[in-house]
Amino acid sequence: MKTASAGLTARQIHERKARRRSVMIATLSTVVVVGLIVIFLPMTPGWDRVRSSFFDGEILAKTFPSLLSAFRWDVAIFLWCTPAIAILGLLIALCRDARAPALFPLRIFGVLYTDIFRGVPVILIVFLIGFGVPGLGLQRPWNSPYIWGSLALILTYSAYVAEIFRAGIESIHESQRAAAKSLGLSHADIMRYVVLPQAIRRVVPANMNMLVALQKDVALLSFIGPVELLRQAGVHKSLLANFTPYVGAAIIFLAVTIPVTRFADYLIAKQNKARS
Amino acid sequence: MSVLRLSNVTKSFGATQVLRGIDLEVNEGEMICLIGASGSGKSTLLRTINLLEPIDEGEIWFDGQDISLPDVAPQPIRRKIGLVFQSFNLFPHMTAVENVLLAPSRVFKRSKKDLLPEVMQLFEQFNLKDRMQAYPDQLSGGQQQRVAIVRALAMRPRIMLFDEVTSALDPELVSEVLDTLLKLKAQNMTMILATHEMGFAREAADRVCVLDGGKIIETGTPDQIFNAPQTKRAQAFLASVL
Repeated sequence: MKTASAGLTARQIHERKARRRSVMIATLSTVVVVGLIVIFLPMTPGWDRVRSSFFDGEILAKTFPSLLSAFRWDVAIFLWCTPAIAILGLLIALCRDARAPALFPLRIFGVLYTDIFRGVPVILIVFLIGFGVPGLGLQRPWNSPYIWGSLALILTYSAYVAEIFRAGIESIHESQRAAAKSLGLSHADIMRYVVLPQAIRRVVPANMNMLVALQKDVALLSFIGPVELLRQAGVHKSLLANFTPYVGAAIIFLAVTIPVTRFADYLIAKQNKARS
Repeated sequence: MSVLRLSNVTKSFGATQVLRGIDLEVNEGEMICLIGASGSGKSTLLRTINLLEPIDEGEIWFDGQDISLPDVAPQPIRRKIGLVFQSFNLFPHMTAVENVLLAPSRVFKRSKKDLLPEVMQLFEQFNLKDRMQAYPDQLSGGQQQRVAIVRALAMRPRIMLFDEVTSALDPELVSEVLDTLLKLKAQNMTMILATHEMGFAREAADRVCVLDGGKIIETGTPDQIFNAPQTKRAQAFLASVL
């Protein structure tokens, strides 16, 4: 059913019209919402105070370089925590998957571990370990809050990551294990060569989301001492009696977390496509 | 000489009795076809021989050893009994050749480099040499199933079990897999096939066993079974499929 115009079928013309219509509606509604905010927000009674104490361009420019340099600590803590979390999380997941009766204590340990560290707020673990362990009177450098704060993050996050790995392990179809068994492979070999490589690949997107969360939670260490980004912003805030440094810190966090989040979403979409 | 002998094997899943006293003797170089309706116990029978399913009662003698005893370690037995599945079950994260090399390299502790010549020979023999580096999802169903057969053969098994290996294939791909089975028969491989390919069973089998309700109700040469079935149930089953 061809029409004269550019050789498009009636259906294609109809679809093009529908597409144009929905783009127009989306644009219009966005303009209206943004317009309302721009018009009404400055009309609120406290707007001038809020603007000068949160969005002061001069203060932002002045404090930003030192915020950036403090952010290097966040990056460093993140970088050494990540591999430790991956390894510990995997080990805990394997503990929980142990099927042999002799390994029952390992399984109990895995269950308790994940229950405890997922059941307590991260900040509490940071306080308990970050203040508690150095309180034992350890010598430098073993009393550093960087070490014990990092350990708190590692313990907490590995509990979550362990659950993700376990879900991945359980998602591998029993027929894969059966095929590997029928060839005479041992339990350990089946796990190592058949199940884990597939399971780990399958949960990469979920673990990317954990990485995004970890990037932000590194800031919790500011409560026990390390002068990382959030702490540095707090110092500026106190000295300048202005909240703008916090906004600067938020900008820096977003500059890192948004790309990683997008990338995780991209991986999930790719995986869903591959599976369908 | 008998390679495998089952006597009075029973197996239940919960309240459902799947095998009700199976007796079967398989001789060296023999090809046995198990036929019967879905749910008659063919697959379960093969899985018990490979020790994927423990049996409730009875004995399974393989190579002069009762392998059904609970204290028998399954791994050394399984590597001598190849099993090929209906749904191929290749490892999707490995290429065809990696699929085949994994078990012999781990089980026999031989380097892959060392194993490669004989594995390549198997690929060549089954016309898969140009597909060695392909991943399973890049292979057709027929090719995947033939790689699965090569994977089992690479362990140099004494006996091969085939669990409806053509049932998941598009019709035009069935014959390449059946040809592979004929090749193995020509090499004198001992084989048990659970199959719905009646034409193939008739042509190629040395002996055909008809399963019904977890029992072998009739056994004989293809000629006896297909032309002059004795029992009513076997007659009814054959009438429904032929």
